[in-house]
Amino acid sequence: MSPAVVLLLVVAGGLGAVARFVVDGVVRARSVVAFPLGTLVINFSGSLILGLLTGLTMAQLLPDTVRLVVGTGFLGGYTTFSTASFETVRLVQERRVLAGVLYGLGSLVVTTAVAGLGLVIGLSL
Amino acid sequence: MSEHPGQPGHARPLHLTPAALALVAVGGMAGMAARHALTLLLPSRHGWPIATLSVNLVGAFVLGLLLEALARRGPDQGTRRRIRLVVGTGFCGAFTTYSALAVDVDLLLRTGQAATAVAYGLTTVIVGFGVCAFGIWIAARRGPRAAA
Repeated sequence: MSPAVVLLLVVAGGLGAVARFVVDGVVRARSVVAFPLGTLVINFSGSLILGLLTGLTMAQLLPDTVRLVVGTGFLGGYTTFSTASFETVRLVQERRVLAGVLYGLGSLVVTTAVAGLGLVIGLSL
Repeated sequence: MSEHPGQPGHARPLHLTPAALALVAVGGMAGMAARHALTLLLPSRHGWPIATLSVNLVGAFVLGLLLEALARRGPDQGTRRRIRLVVGTGFCGAFTTYSALAVDVDLLLRTGQAATAVAYGLTTVIVGFGVCAFGIWIAARRGPRAAA
């Protein structure tokens, strides 16, 4: 990977983090439920798009550099595992164990499902 | 970063404050650079994306430690808030990834490695929960008592 691509990857990661911060803030401001919806929306949308980009790259409709910068960089910075884990622990600490289990395992199942959907769509185009 | 102490009702939300966005961007770029470096150092083994697993577990531990330590030292403002935005939201957020986890599980499933896919996904989520709770526990033990 050329230094220019690495630089783009890093900058895209920073932009992805900013996008996550804004989306989480907007969802939080509108949310009426005590559930970490912001992170869920972020990881859901980011996984769908990364699946799509990965499928398009495997179908050779997209150069690998685009998948690296937009997929690994931007969507890697956008989606997050650390906050999802932290929010799961907080739910359990609040004795909302069922909500914690649903959120923790549900995030994995739902993101894997939408990423798989994106992958199939990308491969079939 | 202004805290708008005189007029809290008119304060711009944090996620629309340019200084806060800049702090998240700087931390995010550093987190992505660190993740990329680890990706070069740690190739996949037996189908397991070791680099992604490592960043997610390390990031979950550090975020738990950081957020609990900050919360115990006082309200989310000033330097504490700046550290949270750079290191927590920016660095840990961008260092870890959920999209790569999801796509890697799918790619393992598609190549007939269902057992590895399930083991990898569940290991990440369950151990991630454990190390994050461990980070919170360490900060709770070593730090001052929860702020009033």
